[in-house]
Amino acid sequence: MTALPNLTPAYAEIFLAIAGMALLMLGVFRKKDPVRGVTLLAVVAFAVAAVLALATNTSADGFSTVTFNGLFVVNAFTGFSKLLVLLGAGLAMMLALPWARNEGIARYELPVIMLFSVLGMMMMVSANNLMSLYVGLELQSLALYVLAASNRGNLKATEAGVKYFVLGALASGLLLYGSSLIYGFAGTTSFAGLADALTGAQNNVGVIVGVVFVICGFAFKVSAVPFHMWTPDVYEGAPTPVTAFFSVAPKIAALCLFLRVLVGPFEDLMIQWRQVLTVICVASMLWGAVAAIAQNNIKRMMAYSSIGHVGYALIGLIAGTQDGARGMLYYMLIYLFMNVGTFAVILSMRIKGRYVESIDDLSGISKTNPAIALALTVLMFSMAGIPPLAGFFGKYFVFAAAVNAGLIPLAVIGVLSSVIGAYYYLRLIKIMYFDESAESFDRPDASTGVVMGVCALAVVVFVLLPEPLLAGADAAAAALFQG
Amino acid sequence: MNGFVENLPLLSVVTFTPLLGVLLLLTIRADDPEIVARNSRWVALWVTLGTFLASLLLWTNFDSGTADFQFVEQAAWFPTFGISYHMGVDGISMLFVILSTFLMPICVLASWDAIKTRVREYMISFLILETMMIGMFCALDMVLFYVFFEGVLIPMFLIIGIWGGARRVYAAFKFFLYTLMGSVLLLVAILAMYFTAGTTDIPTLMTTSFPFQMQFWLWLGLFASFAVKVPMWPVHTWLPDAHVQAPTAGSVILAGVLLKMGAYGFLRFSMPMLPLASEYFTPLVYGLSIIAVIYTSLVALAQEDMKKLIAYSSVAHMGFVTVGIFAATQQAVQGAIYQMLSHGVVSGALFLCVGVVYDRLHTREISRYGGLVNNMPKYACVFMLMMMASVGLPGTAGFVGEFLILTGVFQVNTWVALFTATGVILGATYMLYLYRRVIYGELTKEDLKGMLDLSRREIVIFAPLCIVVMWMGVYPMSFLSVMDVSVAKLVADYHNAIDAQAAATGLVDGVRLALGR
Repeated sequence: MTALPNLTPAYAEIFLAIAGMALLMLGVFRKKDPVRGVTLLAVVAFAVAAVLALATNTSADGFSTVTFNGLFVVNAFTGFSKLLVLLGAGLAMMLALPWARNEGIARYELPVIMLFSVLGMMMMVSANNLMSLYVGLELQSLALYVLAASNRGNLKATEAGVKYFVLGALASGLLLYGSSLIYGFAGTTSFAGLADALTGAQNNVGVIVGVVFVICGFAFKVSAVPFHMWTPDVYEGAPTPVTAFFSVAPKIAALCLFLRVLVGPFEDLMIQWRQVLTVICVASMLWGAVAAIAQNNIKRMMAYSSIGHVGYALIGLIAGTQDGARGMLYYMLIYLFMNVGTFAVILSMRIKGRYVESIDDLSGISKTNPAIALALTVLMFSMAGIPPLAGFFGKYFVFAAAVNAGLIPLAVIGVLSSVIGAYYYLRLIKIMYFDESAESFDRPDASTGVVMGVCALAVVVFVLLPEPLLAGADAAAAALFQG
Repeated sequence: MNGFVENLPLLSVVTFTPLLGVLLLLTIRADDPEIVARNSRWVALWVTLGTFLASLLLWTNFDSGTADFQFVEQAAWFPTFGISYHMGVDGISMLFVILSTFLMPICVLASWDAIKTRVREYMISFLILETMMIGMFCALDMVLFYVFFEGVLIPMFLIIGIWGGARRVYAAFKFFLYTLMGSVLLLVAILAMYFTAGTTDIPTLMTTSFPFQMQFWLWLGLFASFAVKVPMWPVHTWLPDAHVQAPTAGSVILAGVLLKMGAYGFLRFSMPMLPLASEYFTPLVYGLSIIAVIYTSLVALAQEDMKKLIAYSSVAHMGFVTVGIFAATQQAVQGAIYQMLSHGVVSGALFLCVGVVYDRLHTREISRYGGLVNNMPKYACVFMLMMMASVGLPGTAGFVGEFLILTGVFQVNTWVALFTATGVILGATYMLYLYRRVIYGELTKEDLKGMLDLSRREIVIFAPLCIVVMWMGVYPMSFLSVMDVSVAKLVADYHNAIDAQAAATGLVDGVRLALGR
């Protein structure tokens, strides 16, 4: 009989899995209005998991801890990534509660499925082997397919679900195919083994082809051009709180994993993957900026906006340095607040009890709902990257990493596309402040208002106290590069 | 008192007092919007006056015998990246701080009756704008500078877009995107400098010498940003639109302070940090500036809209400034700074003059006016003084700057001086033509007859401006002495760097010659 593997590093995941099943039971057996209780308990579970993840991510010597025969790893980087994922998921969950009540689709399954997808994300962030990576990825993806179609009476939602499922399955297939090629040519699927096998093997064509397939799979998950086609439709079709969730948690998890995989086992192939990623990154930034201009549905606009933001975050990855990793983590931290805040605003767009999504519905709300208008203005200026708001610093640090890595053309393209992108963010401000007012919105629900306020405030005061907020990211980036 | 002032972080106080005013404005609670508006106006006025008085302490405590930065404050901000909150002023920047704080109460007063909707938000925008402007002139860290430099866009975009004229949306977007497009290239240049020098600290970067090849690109990056802000021909087209659509006080700040940011950038960054490239590109700057002076003067001559005319005259005047800066002699640079200060006051006052009649007749079309001297003598008098100052009549602020620039430039390049000087003549032409059409002639138009002369509030606005314009014209030493030493150091460093490079090249050439190659 073999000894039980060291479970300590995986406490957070184990806890979340048990909590998910317990909540499912609770939902089934509790007769009276289980939704509220389950949702709140799920948020609590996220908080506990975050504490566990942070408490167990450091070993005595400060290096990574590996367990389950090398399938699972934790270090400061995975800890920080999980924290971001849990934070995003928790905030999105807070938004989902009033929405479900207002829409009369109170299903306790929603928080439970969200919880399982978060579990998948945490698994994949901690994956230390292409196999465990795939298992985590699929757990989160399958949960997300269901979430996208959760408003099943709605034609658009079902369409979104099916579309996401078909394309997602294709991407998973690409990823799996790439993994099998890599295994075939390198002889191992473990990250540590790959790093050893690929040392000095820059011209191993089979592995390179495999890596390109893996990149394609990831690019789909983070919705980078040209694998972004699903994003606008899914963002539009999915229920808004689910969209809020989509725009942060899975994206952050996939980007963190992307970073870990490329600068970990495939570090020696940087020359190769850098070319592929540069194309993806430039295309994402430009297309995200240009295509958003034409949108009239605010959720679709946010979809293109998120494509653009992924492009900027990828700059940090392309730099391939500790600076770059740090910049990317900063970017995602700031992006999380900007995005969740914006979705809180979108969820406040309710006229006479009915949710609206058209950008024109924002007309003149600076007069009727000044607080919402102010929050969205701050968030939009921040997204456009105008100092002194947080979004500027996010961009600053990824561009800095690019310049430091000698990628000045990439930085120039990045800043120029951010100018193009500024146009559509400004357009929202223009509609709110310069246009005549239409109908006013209902008073936002308490938790939506709180999330909105917290996010907008975070974006504003970031400039005052950046260092403590960023210390975690610094440690995470350092952990990533010390192996 | 002195001990107290010395211990006070004076620059931070001056910079962030307006932000405190913003917090104060946010606390105003009243059901009647009229009361909110009235309280907002008074709060904004007192805060801007307080800021102005605090900034005067800078002047009285300023030591004009040294070129070093004074009132220096430094605190860690992003220690990991060597970015700090580093503030300080020298002889070049101190007067710009005063200019900003001086114009601000005037702007609040000028908006007293003109702005009727969302007064509180308007005042908040202006106070944020003031913090950004002052901070920009005080910043001694490039990232900090950039934060303030770009931060200006947010309040200005809202001011133009919300309280502007008929085509305000177009003007606001054009202003924002134009300047942003330039600024982001500045950001890339800042990053490149950071990774070469390992710091974004401005005093350190001033002593860092970059290789010429790098200076070349960095200079272009900076130029893209500053040239748009100045604005230089051909990237000046945002300015007339922004000016025409902005509310009067917005135009005053735009012309008075925001246009100075570009030229200040040349003085603070391009010249001291990139002297070789600055010298290399001097002909380009001369060329663009001369085109700006002559072409925009001619364009101004053809304008039918008063604000547009003054906007184009601003482009021409800033052409003088850029010529002066890049001539890089003591007189020329001092003249350029002086011209910026005087233009800040004079063009601000001219926009206020336009605002006076606009408030009464709600049009800026020149042909709708005529003969105002008959029923608005005080107004005609003030307008004349400002018009003459803009033309550069001796005894007014405009003369000193133009004269110093032309003297300085003449020593370096006679042709440039000659072409630039034509701008003085053209300036007189369009300004006198404007004045004749608006003020002189018979008072025939019915709707003009009922117009009243300057009100007491307007007299309060114009009195300090008139005093300063004449003071600057009659006794320029009180301003020039402040900048003497700093400018001397700037010019000396600039020429030293170029001479050192020339000597090095000469040495190489000498060796080549000796080796017979």
